[in-house]
Amino acid sequence: MERTTLDLWVGAFVVAGLGALVMLAMKVGNLSTYNVSETYQVEAYFSNIGGLKPKASIKSAGVLVGRVIDIKLDTQRYEAKVTMSIDKRYQFPKDTFANILTSGLLGEQYIGLSPGGDDKMLANGEVLKQTQSAVVLEDLIGKFMYSKASESDSAK
Amino acid sequence: MPISTSLKKVGHRVVNAVWRLGFASRFFALTLFYSGPSFRRFHLTIKEMFFSGVMSLIIILVAGMFVGMVLGLQGYETLKRYGSESALGSLVALSLVRELGPVLAALLFASRAGSAMTAEIGLMKATEQIAAMELMAVNPIARVVAPRFWAGVFSMPLLAALFSAMGVFGGYVVGVVLIGVDEGSFWSQMQSAVDFQHDVLNGVLKSFVFGLAVTAIALFEGYDAPPTAEGVSGATTRTVVESSLAILILDFILTALMFGGN
Amino acid sequence: MSSQPLVEIRDLNFAYDNRAILKGINMSFPKGKLIAIMGLSGCGKTTLLRHIGGVLRPTKGYVKVDGKIIHELKQDELYEMRRKMGMLFQFGALFTDMSVFDNVAFQMREHTDLPEDIIHDLVLMKLHAVGLRGTHKLMPAELSGGMARRVALARTVALDPMLIMYDEPFAGLDPISLSVVGNLIRQLNDALGATSIVVTHDIQESLKIVDYVYFISDGAIIAEGTADEIRASVEPFVRQFVHGEIDGPIPFHYPGGNYQQDLNLRA
Repeated sequence: MERTTLDLWVGAFVVAGLGALVMLAMKVGNLSTYNVSETYQVEAYFSNIGGLKPKASIKSAGVLVGRVIDIKLDTQRYEAKVTMSIDKRYQFPKDTFANILTSGLLGEQYIGLSPGGDDKMLANGEVLKQTQSAVVLEDLIGKFMYSKASESDSAK
Repeated sequence: MPISTSLKKVGHRVVNAVWRLGFASRFFALTLFYSGPSFRRFHLTIKEMFFSGVMSLIIILVAGMFVGMVLGLQGYETLKRYGSESALGSLVALSLVRELGPVLAALLFASRAGSAMTAEIGLMKATEQIAAMELMAVNPIARVVAPRFWAGVFSMPLLAALFSAMGVFGGYVVGVVLIGVDEGSFWSQMQSAVDFQHDVLNGVLKSFVFGLAVTAIALFEGYDAPPTAEGVSGATTRTVVESSLAILILDFILTALMFGGN
Repeated sequence: MSSQPLVEIRDLNFAYDNRAILKGINMSFPKGKLIAIMGLSGCGKTTLLRHIGGVLRPTKGYVKVDGKIIHELKQDELYEMRRKMGMLFQFGALFTDMSVFDNVAFQMREHTDLPEDIIHDLVLMKLHAVGLRGTHKLMPAELSGGMARRVALARTVALDPMLIMYDEPFAGLDPISLSVVGNLIRQLNDALGATSIVVTHDIQESLKIVDYVYFISDGAIIAEGTADEIRASVEPFVRQFVHGEIDGPIPFHYPGGNYQQDLNLRA
């Protein structure tokens, strides 16, 4: 068996293909900013998660610090139990506030973390006590219509 | 009785189709079973990768570039109306990585490499090369079919990745260089929108499945082709039609499984 | 046991789609002999060869090669047996994606662990034997029909088989290539000590080289004998075949209806 020019071409093809994959991962995708560091997990209960989905981002002060990894309905409390995976580099106080927010008016939903003032930091597996559920647009519109209707009723 | 004869015809066709499907499944199983030599003597597979992979490079790269450029133009025109031109990067990258890269690369692969495979195997059969091999105590499935199969399966994800990368570059050229979208937001929006696991790896998985389907269809059609000129040309056409349909149907199923659930 | 024939065919029957193609063939091929099977196109000659190679299974009867019944062999035993056979296909069936050298080297690489430099020498020796050592770098598409046939011949005998089968080795060859190939078949048979079976309808060429001839018509043997016996035969079919007469037991006209009726002529 000897090396042939054909092998060279196939080798170049494989290198180029793998190079394209790496480029897609690093330059196009978020592999360079994500998955590289270790994470810890915390949980939070929400009465309504709106349109939150697994893999949604978790941000604090606008910086991406983690991802939602699991959403389940807790049948004892009938609330949504959201498991979050947060980058180990970012530690948060125990009384951190978790908010489901929307990017823009109709954009994706994500979880915003606003740190409290506790000295102790969150450990792996702990539960965030203070949460605020998603703002559901339909509810808002419903409330608005209702208040308008009652306004006009009382105006009569 | 015209009704009973036409019923008979339909029944005959159905039985034939099921029969052929069974034969195809057995052929596929045998290909997997006799795959040993294509790995033990990897130069056989490398040689076929040259024909299916390297020879498809130019069409893949050029097509990828132009698809990316079109996406850049069209995306810009649409996004401009909502004042969100900065999202151009994520639009181009997401559509390429998730859908257009794997699907278009596979369609091009089917018509470039798949049809060539069918014609080659069909002609080898028509000129008794397959029979000669069998009488030389060499299993043609192990020696001819399996290396081509694995070469196609390995080449397809690489070709799709090249297509997507080239497309992103094309989108960059049109969006950033020609139209003047801000370069920083082009890349950063793209990076925050494209998830490695969710988008890039799923795209690779898709193209792997497409590669499997296209090469399996191409090789089977070649092997099953009647040993005549019309037989081989008919089989080549069937390869392109069947694999294009298979790609689009599989794409729907895979997309539903990957992105539909949550 | 040395007098036992290499290939023995007993009461071989084969039907395809209920159409009988071979009807009770009995033949025996002694070791070292060159035997021709003759007949018209479509009389079942090639089918017969495929039974010897184990590609088809007989409906009844058996083919015995080297003391073993072919259709009772398991897959790996059959492959073992096929390594001792060589078959030259009608149009050579050279692998079009390989060079002449790689074609001849094919079986050596597949079936032996010989180092590449020995394979190189062996291939050139085989090609030299058919007079085409100079072509080893060419692709099959660059060869003429006669040259391709000779390369295929070199490939057939690459592993020195004990049994060589030729399926229409003379088809489509010019007169010079014809006698070249004919002589090669005889020489290779004698040099290798092999047994050869030539399926052909080229009677003049094959009568020059063969030891024994079987005539097949419509799936059955109708005449057999040595070359001289065949030439002297008074059997009408053999006479027609040997002398190429237009009409005889094999009619010029394909059976059809009344000629006058077909032309709408009224008496």
